[in-house]
Order: sequence, then structure tokens, then C-alpha cells
Amino acid sequence: MDLRFPKEEPTLAEVQALDAVLGESHVVEGWQRERGGAHLAADQRPHLLAALHALQNRVGWVSPGGLGELCRRLDVPPAEAYGVASFYAMFSMEERPARVVHVCADLACQVLGAGALLDAVQAECGNPSQTGVPGAWQPSPCLGLCERGPAILVTEAGDPAHEAVIAPAIATDVAVALRVGPKGLGAEAPVVAAVPQAATPQGAAELVLLKRVGVVDPSSLDDYRAHGGYEALRAAFAMGPTGVIREVTDSNLVGRGGAAFPAGRKWAAVAAQPVRTHYLVCNADESEPGTFKDRVIIEGDPFSLIEAMTICAFATGCEHGFVYLRGEYPRALEHLQHAIDAARDRGYLGTNVMGLGFTFDLTIVRGAGAYICGEETAIFNSIEGYRGEPRSKPPFPVEVGLFGKPTVVNNVETLVNVLPIVLNGGPAYAAIGTAGSSGTKVFCVSGAVANAGVYELPFGATLRELIDLAGGVPNGRSLKAVLLGGAAGSFVRADEIDFPLTLEGARAHNTTLGSGVVMVLDDTVDLPTFLRRIAAFFRDESCGQCVPCRVGTVRQEEALIRITLGPRSAAQHEADLTILRDVGRAMRDASICGLGQTAWSAIESAIDRLGALQ
Amino acid sequence: MTSTYETPVGLPRRAVSIQIDGNEVKVSEGATILDACKAHGTDVPTLCYGDTLDPVNACRVCVVEVEGNRVLVPSCSRKVEPGMVINTDNERTRHSRKMVLELLGSSVDLSAAPLVAGWNDQYQADPTRFGESKTVKQPVKIDNDLYVRDYSRCILCYKCVDACGEQWQNSFAISVAGRGFNAHISTEFDVGLPDSACVYCGNCVEVCPTGALMFKTEHDMRVADTWDESVQQQTTTICPYCGVGCSLTLHTQDNTIVKVTSPHESAVGSGNLCIKGRFGFQHVQTLKHN
Repeated sequence: MDLRFPKEEPTLAEVQALDAVLGESHVVEGWQRERGGAHLAADQRPHLLAALHALQNRVGWVSPGGLGELCRRLDVPPAEAYGVASFYAMFSMEERPARVVHVCADLACQVLGAGALLDAVQAECGNPSQTGVPGAWQPSPCLGLCERGPAILVTEAGDPAHEAVIAPAIATDVAVALRVGPKGLGAEAPVVAAVPQAATPQGAAELVLLKRVGVVDPSSLDDYRAHGGYEALRAAFAMGPTGVIREVTDSNLVGRGGAAFPAGRKWAAVAAQPVRTHYLVCNADESEPGTFKDRVIIEGDPFSLIEAMTICAFATGCEHGFVYLRGEYPRALEHLQHAIDAARDRGYLGTNVMGLGFTFDLTIVRGAGAYICGEETAIFNSIEGYRGEPRSKPPFPVEVGLFGKPTVVNNVETLVNVLPIVLNGGPAYAAIGTAGSSGTKVFCVSGAVANAGVYELPFGATLRELIDLAGGVPNGRSLKAVLLGGAAGSFVRADEIDFPLTLEGARAHNTTLGSGVVMVLDDTVDLPTFLRRIAAFFRDESCGQCVPCRVGTVRQEEALIRITLGPRSAAQHEADLTILRDVGRAMRDASICGLGQTAWSAIESAIDRLGALQ
Repeated sequence: MTSTYETPVGLPRRAVSIQIDGNEVKVSEGATILDACKAHGTDVPTLCYGDTLDPVNACRVCVVEVEGNRVLVPSCSRKVEPGMVINTDNERTRHSRKMVLELLGSSVDLSAAPLVAGWNDQYQADPTRFGESKTVKQPVKIDNDLYVRDYSRCILCYKCVDACGEQWQNSFAISVAGRGFNAHISTEFDVGLPDSACVYCGNCVEVCPTGALMFKTEHDMRVADTWDESVQQQTTTICPYCGVGCSLTLHTQDNTIVKVTSPHESAVGSGNLCIKGRFGFQHVQTLKHN
């Protein structure tokens, strides 16, 4: 391409940061650009996200000079690179302090006092927009540390960059983090603290997917193998690709990301595509407020995900897999990267997996703060180096997915289910749970419960049983409502919690399990504030592509603010409720993707089931 | 590009039977629902659809109901399938279209989008119902003598980006930047057009449906309140500059060229021109002063 680049020059630090991620500069000039331009661009573009992370991590923002250098190296038009960079919340397009504290302002942390924390931080550290040296702070969407909120994430640009989380955090922690940065902070709680069942032998015996969390050393491949690791892959090689797909189909496993699509059908569809290459994408961009199960699995048992992805790739004919990991998970990134490197070193990834001639390798793509990138087609655009906007379906990913090729895209939890399926057989797996929902399910229990964390149960337990298992509502308070499925889910009342947490049970009760969020609200929760946060979340996270969602999420929040905060006449109140319903219906009916289609679900259920906003 | 502009040579296409609003119709395989509706006289409003561009289905004003689909589908991009049962005009589609018009109308200045006022009446859309609410209002960007960018009028249809990028001009001077309601069309770091990759072909102006991109001449005349399309004449001719032979449509008011477009059905350029054809018309009207 014949491109025009910004006149600003990169700094030495920016050049070095790009060298580290892209290799020494190999700018293509003149006729070589003309000759190889298009081909080169297609090859280079997927490095865009990683290169932007490199600039952000090194100098704390994406400068015109840095962006220009990146564009020269990747042969990407500067306007497009700017469009991509400005899409993601983690990239700053303006100069700001190297040290930034992100204070979670989202739903689960709100139940645990994030509002008071934000007020205290404001009093102690000044306004969030104030970019005073040495650091700045800003409110953040869900950090996925919901079992121990309120949470903060501290990032510090430099060589190397540092990141750390504190949860639960108090205002003093933020002040300290601003002063000393991530290096001065204490160690993070062990992963297993997020799995309350693991604390008792009886509870630990119930775990299938989480059984190794806290038991194995997540950095040791040998320890993983000593605890049954790679037995499933061996079994999968023995039964062959069609055999694996048959077992997965017989298991009735459905996707755990929220859409509940049968995994076997998806795999069979990709395996049957004559077009090559096939790709595997693991969706680890769990950004639904209140979801943190994938984090626990990856941090505590990273090799299980690698093994499960290798089995899936073997069954569906994929040569390469991508783990799209949300950007706010520093420990998960570290553990998974280490595990992938170790697996490759030991021949469990690469050109000759386990010496059997099968080729499969894995790349981690680190997200950069965009909820929408968890959408199954937005994730492709993001990996390819484009704005994370959802694509129109059809065509579906099994036909035209990543790089236009047939693609399996599954959630982390869905994938790790394949290990017990292959080891014990599909029918044995199908026998667990209920007729309509097979296997075990990992629930993310947060909010007003004694022991928040991830809980793994066979499908069929009721919501009440799950809340009781988590110790119930503490401090003598009473249960007010439960938000199921996160911001995109719906509320159920305290008197409605006796239904089984199965796909069919949720459907019969006109609600959804979504990604497994069970956020418990006690009678102290300020429901209007909670609902405004849901509305603000969708307004922030809408990609802006389609009108119903881009403008609808703004109008929804405005109406909600008027209803809950403004002195209003009865007629104005009614008019605003009508606006909410009219806008909500259009978002559900006419938005491109699931974000817009569910942006009104929780608020609607709060009105209709909880009697909110009356 | 869209099927309209492919050469008519090739294998004959199979006919597909579908139902539109209760009527059985046959359309060519590979056609979109919008193509089918147009061919059979069913009116469907469109805003982000461009006849020379790939559909982006972003505005959602063209949504129709396809039975068996959980949500409404964009008619501009969804291809027909045998046996599809399509409802273009029921309460559900009317509601979504009305809301799209209200949401856009409440946030964007649509006064230069000629068909919108009629649709507002047709769908009983009232863009003022939200009261005081957030808009994209902002000053007009005037940084060159040829065209202006008034993003208060921008509905983010992506057409200018696609025309500037790989679908036509391959200049890549602009992109969608930001996210959500803050999404906007921008050069890198919002530098002015003279510092960007813009080559002033004006092909973005050609495809803009709402007047957000406008000839400087038109903008100045609108500001002076002298712009009057009812007295303008359109004359299609051939560009005099080079041997390609693009068709030009000269828009004249009071015997003065006020803007230049190009017929989209022209096989030479499909509505696209270069800076000379689009903006190089001053010599025609300054000649007599010498």
C-alpha cells in the first residue's frame, strides 16, 4: 500500500518496545512495498494488537510517533490503526502518567462497597481525570475479581511494565498504589481461595473441572501429568477425530459462554468443512460483570485448557489455536504463557504433538478492555487487528470465521469439559446432571454471600441450594434479589429461587443462566444505583456499530437517570418508562449482536419482576 | 462489490421462491432481501446502504422479519434462501424502524437527508420525545477549499470509510475511531485533511447519505441561504481531463457549477472520480473574467 505516515518521530523507548514484539525493524520500502504490499499487510496486521500493547506498556500511551512507527512496520494505514487503538479502553491516546490505578466500579464490587471506595479514593487522591504525577486513577468496569471485591488493578508502564491487583481494597491501598506502584504491593491471594469447595474433602470430591485448582502446581507440566494430565489427549488420539466428535456429541455438552449451542454440532460442522485452514479460538475474554470462572481455571490449571484445546484441534482439523484472554488478567496471562511455553518445550504443542505427527500450536491474544470482544465474531476482528466490531451472521463462524476460514470458537469452561468427556465417554458425561442439561456447571457466586467464589455442581441444584452452599446471606440481612447471568442476564426475586439451575429450568422461569453469574443482592443494596450501573456499563461497552445499541444504550441510561434521580411528575415518569420499553424492544429486535439484544434484559426484569422504578 | 456491478456474463442463476408480505415471488439466487423487495415493488427504507458498496447493515432502518429468526434481519445484507417467509411491514418491523428514526433523529442533524422527514411521518417517529439528550453536535470541520465535514450530521454509516479504503480509493485517510456513542469518523489523531492521506477525490462526499460531507460550495451557499435545489440543473457529460472518460454530472445553479457528482450506474467509475473531475471545474466559470 502507498501509505502516508505521521510526521512525528518515535522515541527510542517506543522503537525498542516494537523491536521486542515485532523483531528488529524490517520496514519495507519503495518497490518492495509495491511488490509485496498486499501480501505483507495481510501477514502483519494480526500483530497490531500486540504492538499497541507494547507501546502502551512501555510508555503509558499510544503516541503519534509510536503509532506511526508501528504503522510503518506493519504496513497498516495510520487512520485505521488509530481507529483500532481508540476502540480499546486500555490504550490511552493521550499522554498520561505511567502509573494508573483502575478501581472497579462494577456490579459485584458495588454490592461489596465499591461506591464508598470510589468516594474515599476521590477524597484522598483527587479527581480521576486529574493526571497529577506520579499516578492517575480511574473507575473501571468489572475486573473479574468479584469473589473478593472491591478490587483494584494497578498498571505501570516501563521496561518491564508491572501489573498487580489488590482485592479487597481500601482507599489507602489506592493511595499507596499511586505512590509506590505495583512493585510495592503485597502478594495476590492464592487461586484456590476462589474455590470454597476445595477447602473441605467432601467439597473437593464434587469437583470435576476444578479438581486440580489448588492441588497441582500451575507452573509444572510434570505435576499436571502426575494428576492425570494428558491422559485425555492420549485417549483422544486413540479414538481418532470422528471418535472424539462422537463422544462430544453424545455427551450433549452445550457451550458455557451463554448461548448454550451444542458443542458437538459445532465441532462436526467445522470438521466437515473442505476449506483449509481451520482455526480454533478459545474465548477467554470473560468480561460479563460477575464472571470470573475462566480466570480461576486458567490461573489454577492452565495445562488443562491447553490439553482440551489440543483435543478439539485434533478432532476438528485445526492447525492453530488462539486464546483470546481478557487484558485485565495479569496472573492468568503469566500462568498460561508459561504453560504454553512449557508444553511446546516438551512436545505437547508444535509440529509433532506427543510424537504422533499431529501439528498444533497456540497463541495468546491479549484483549485490551472491550466487553464486546467476547462476542464470537468481534473476537475474530480483534485477533485480525481490526476494530472489535461484531460481524453480520450468516455466514456463521463454522463456515467463515477467523481469517475467513472455518473456525471453532468455544469458551474456556466449554473446552475443559472435553477432558472428562473423552476420558469417561460421552454417555457417562450425559448421565451427569439432568436430561436437558448434562454435566457439571461452574457458577460464579458473588455479592452478598458468606463465601463468594466459583462453585461446581452437577446441573440440577436449585438456586437456593447454591446460595446455601455459599453460606447464604451474611450479617443477618435478608435476600432481596439475585442477578443471574450478569449485566446481560435478568433478576429473580427472593421468593423465586427454588427452581433448578438448568437450561430448561431457567427457561421455564423466564430467566437465563448466561455465563453462570449468580450475583446475590441483600436488602441493603440500592437498586436504582445498581440499575444505573448496568445501563452505564452497556453505554460504555457498546461498540457503536449499529444505531439501536449505539444510541439506544445512551437513551436508556438517560431515561433511567431521569426516573431515579429527577423530581418528576407522574406523566413524565410514565413517558420515561415507555421510552425504556420502546428503546429496549428495538435494541432486542434490531441490534446486530447479543450485546445490544440483551442490554435491556436486566433492567426490564427489574421493572417487571422486582417492581423497581415504580 | 455488489452484484449490480458485476458483468452480466456468467452462468444463469437459479430462481429462488420466497414469500414477501404474503406474496409468493421468485428472485435470483444470491440476491439480498432488499434486492427482492425492490424488484417486486416493496418499499423498504435504507440509510447506510450504498448501491456501489458492500452493505454494512449498521443503521438497521431496513430491518424485516424473517420467520424462524429470533431477531429482525437487515434486508440490505441478508441473502434470500429458498422458502423464506418475509414480513416487511408489520407492527414489529415498524416499531424498530420508528425507533431507529427517533434514535438517529434525536442525536444527529438529519435535515440534509431528503427522505427522512417522509419516513418520520410514515412511521410516526417523534425524535423530540427524549427531551434534553445527548447529541453528536459539534462545529463544522473546514480545513480545505474543496469539501467540509459536518459530523453533526453523521450517522456513522461507514460508507465514506469504505469508499476511501479498500472498496474504492485505497487512500485509507479516515477510519471509525472511538467506541459506542463516542465512535466517530476520524483521521489519525484527528489531524486535518491536509496532513492526512486524503487525495480529495471526493468519493466519500459522493456516498454520504446525510450531507455530513459536503462540497465547500454547497456548504457556503447553505450558510448564505442561497442553496436551492429546485432551480438547479443537472447535466451529465464526460470529464475532459484524461482518457478514462468518467461521466460527470454537473449541478448548476444560476448558470454556475455548484457541485459535481457522477452517475453510480456508469460502468467507467461507478460514481467515483478523481480530484480533477470532482473539484476541477473552476476554469469553466472563471474564463470570462480574463
